[in-house]
Amino acid sequence: MTTVAHPSEHTTHAGHELPFIRKYIFSTDHKIIGIQFLLMSLVFLFIGGLLAMLIRWQQAYPGSAIPGAAVLPETMAPGGILLPEFYNSLVTMHGTFMVFFAIMPLLVGVFGNFLIPLKIGAPDMAFPRLNMWSFWIAVPAGILMLAGFFVEGGHAAAGWTAYAPLSANPEFSGVYAGQKLWLLSIAILGLSSILGATNYITTVVNLRAPGMTWFRLPLSIWALFITAILVLLAIPILSGAAIMLFFDQTIGTHFFAPAGGGQPLLWQHLFWYFGHPEVYILILPAMGMVSDIIANGSRKPVFGYHSMVYAIIAIAFLGWVVWGHHMFQSGMNPTLGLGFMISTLLIAVPSAIKTFNWMGTMWQGNIRFHVPMLHAISFVAMFVIGGLSGVFMASTPVDIYIHDTYFIVAHIHYVLFGGSLFALFAAITFWYPKMFGRMMNPFWGKVHWLLTFVFFNLTFFPMHSLGVYGHMRRIYDPTQYEFLQPLMGLNKFITVSALLLFASQLIFILNFIGSWFRGAKAPDNPWEDNGLEWTVPSPPPHGNFARVPTVHHGPYEFSAPGVAEDYLPQSSATRIAVPPAEGRRVEP
Amino acid sequence: MQWILPDGASTFAGDIDFLYYVILVITGIAFLVVEVGLVWFAIKYRARPGRRATYTHGSLRAELVWTAIPAVTVVVLGLMSGGVWNHVKGRHSAPAEALPYRVLAKQFEWHVTHPGPDGQLDTPDDFTIRNQLHMPVDRAVVVHLTAEDVIHSFFVPAFRVKQDAVPGMEIPVWFEATKAGRYELACAELCGLGHYRMGAEVMVHAADEFGSWTAAQAAARTQ
Ligand code: HEM
Ligand SMILES: [Cu+2]
Ligand SMILES: [Cu+2]
Repeated sequence: MTTVAHPSEHTTHAGHELPFIRKYIFSTDHKIIGIQFLLMSLVFLFIGGLLAMLIRWQQAYPGSAIPGAAVLPETMAPGGILLPEFYNSLVTMHGTFMVFFAIMPLLVGVFGNFLIPLKIGAPDMAFPRLNMWSFWIAVPAGILMLAGFFVEGGHAAAGWTAYAPLSANPEFSGVYAGQKLWLLSIAILGLSSILGATNYITTVVNLRAPGMTWFRLPLSIWALFITAILVLLAIPILSGAAIMLFFDQTIGTHFFAPAGGGQPLLWQHLFWYFGHPEVYILILPAMGMVSDIIANGSRKPVFGYHSMVYAIIAIAFLGWVVWGHHMFQSGMNPTLGLGFMISTLLIAVPSAIKTFNWMGTMWQGNIRFHVPMLHAISFVAMFVIGGLSGVFMASTPVDIYIHDTYFIVAHIHYVLFGGSLFALFAAITFWYPKMFGRMMNPFWGKVHWLLTFVFFNLTFFPMHSLGVYGHMRRIYDPTQYEFLQPLMGLNKFITVSALLLFASQLIFILNFIGSWFRGAKAPDNPWEDNGLEWTVPSPPPHGNFARVPTVHHGPYEFSAPGVAEDYLPQSSATRIAVPPAEGRRVEP
Repeated sequence: MQWILPDGASTFAGDIDFLYYVILVITGIAFLVVEVGLVWFAIKYRARPGRRATYTHGSLRAELVWTAIPAVTVVVLGLMSGGVWNHVKGRHSAPAEALPYRVLAKQFEWHVTHPGPDGQLDTPDDFTIRNQLHMPVDRAVVVHLTAEDVIHSFFVPAFRVKQDAVPGMEIPVWFEATKAGRYELACAELCGLGHYRMGAEVMVHAADEFGSWTAAQAAARTQ
């Protein structure tokens, strides 16, 4: 490999202090930008969660006043009772905030930024100023998205999937400026993602430290790299579709309106051609970081590192040919459904490889149950449930019945909360010491993990049952239907669990903020890990590495023979005594 | 927790339910293998003083096993599903002698045009009822489904039928009820502020009773 990290202009700055505004606000330091994304997306995660509580209240106690909601304006909840139109906005905005403003920036914006340069031994991103812009473009997108709540006609209410013609024509939805703000915000946020992705790809290709070959990259970096490629290819499709829909609304085009010769299904094809790769954007980085953390916790090399890389690539590739599985019942030619069913089912194969390889990593390990490890194991346990429920929906005849029911809601949450969000809790607690130079409180960390794990399952597992009974999603009042009456008990149970799940997150918030100021000082390498980021101070200085590191080992040489400790930093010159056994190509 | 499907009442409900239970068993086994394995490993390989993890980078043989088993399983599932899918939703799957209906979905109601005593659409004896679909038992019907404004979805849980109604398209949906009685029809696609109350009923009549009911309706409407 000839790639050498070029110390950027910034390392020369390391000596003298930048003014506050350049250092913390309009910063070009990838670590600060990562932390900025972290704070912003945690706020949106909280708001999204709050909206979910309103939704859950309405599902359990339809038409009764929400305690404290009397403060909401007449157009949302007169007397604290939600209006159906506001309920639809809540469902729409919960999904929108969670997908676009919480999980995606947490995974890609936060950890892409924070980890890539540190883990590949680079002083910063390839384009630090572009990086700064990618954050400061996301901010107005977020403000526009929030503003939608305060305009006449209320916020967008056509679901996070914005199916046309409901989303295209205010006559049908009663929503005017709200949907337009939604589309503008999505298009602007897309620009931010595209800038970020370009930066990540260039950085990984060009700025790897000497010795950091492709197959010595940690799986987190592989996953973020492949994700960046998905972002670069998928987001422009969403932006294009959003602009077309915006034109349908504002200048009278008819891309999606049959009245003028348009085709409503075109929106769905465009949306899901972006949307399915998007769900992999929301899971691949989680899988990568969990792989790092499970190896660390098990004190063992990742089982089948190469197949883990190929599985990431396979998932990313297959992700482009399955979008039609969201449209089995849409009126799309049913023969196409067969092809989409097969491609979708095939995704179970690389997913299974990853799952069993995580288990293989724990097998014969010497497992340390630190808080990140608890979350990482939970990720595997929960992702499996989401993957398996996907098989039901991939089978087209079964999907006839469960499509658009709570079964789908259960699936989404097992992959995105049980999967991505548990992985994020693992990642945040793992890299927090490196970000802030302080340890999070491990006791409260474990309490938060336990409560979250329990209440998550009590909230979302019963939703499979609702779906099995045929309970539709996105309905304001389930008591309208006789066949849903017997489910009201279950609905109440779910709501109580959800409220407790939300309350448990307060522990995390307090631990996060409290440790920032009062946590124990973090050593350079608190988890005894091998990554390059753990060889520099916590938090690392501007420019990261005092000297460009040279990499001698793969990322997961835990418990190697001939090494006294049970870990071996990637830049350590110590040699491993015997080459690893069994016909696998390994770069020591 | 309830994993048993509610009773089905159409000819293909059994096929769909059977597939569901096959998948339930297969995924149930996979679920147990993974969850039990995780807990077992977590207990058995927990860190203790003096222990050291086994240094290994994996086993190609093990990986081939857990690649091959899911691959074969999903292909078999795909083939099983394909047959049922074609039978239920294939473009030309509706039985030729099926009784035709036209359903227009609009915010927030279902307009059901019945074929009348002659069993044909677009003849003078057709009649349209709001939010009610009357049909005979043990006879296939085919609904020509369309929408006026936005997308809705025609969902009769007991029949295991769901099909989006799309403005600008006419989509055939067929089914054959196996039990007389009253069933609920629900809108399953978010269609605006009244989506949640866009319900209707499907009345399945015994064959002779359906004949007299249709005749009475047609007569009442031509007066
Ligand atoms: C083995 C893997 C998976 C399979 C077989 C699978 C299959 C499916 C299918 C068939 C649907 C459409 C169901 C319907 O609407 O009727 C669906 C929906 C969905 N999936 Fe997956 N999926 C898998 C993994 C994932 C992952 C990893 C994520 C995200 C991290 C994800 C996120 C979603 C979301 C968000 C939806 C719902 C979209 C909506 O309608 O709002 N899935 N999945
Ligand atoms: Cu998908
Ligand atoms: Cu509807």
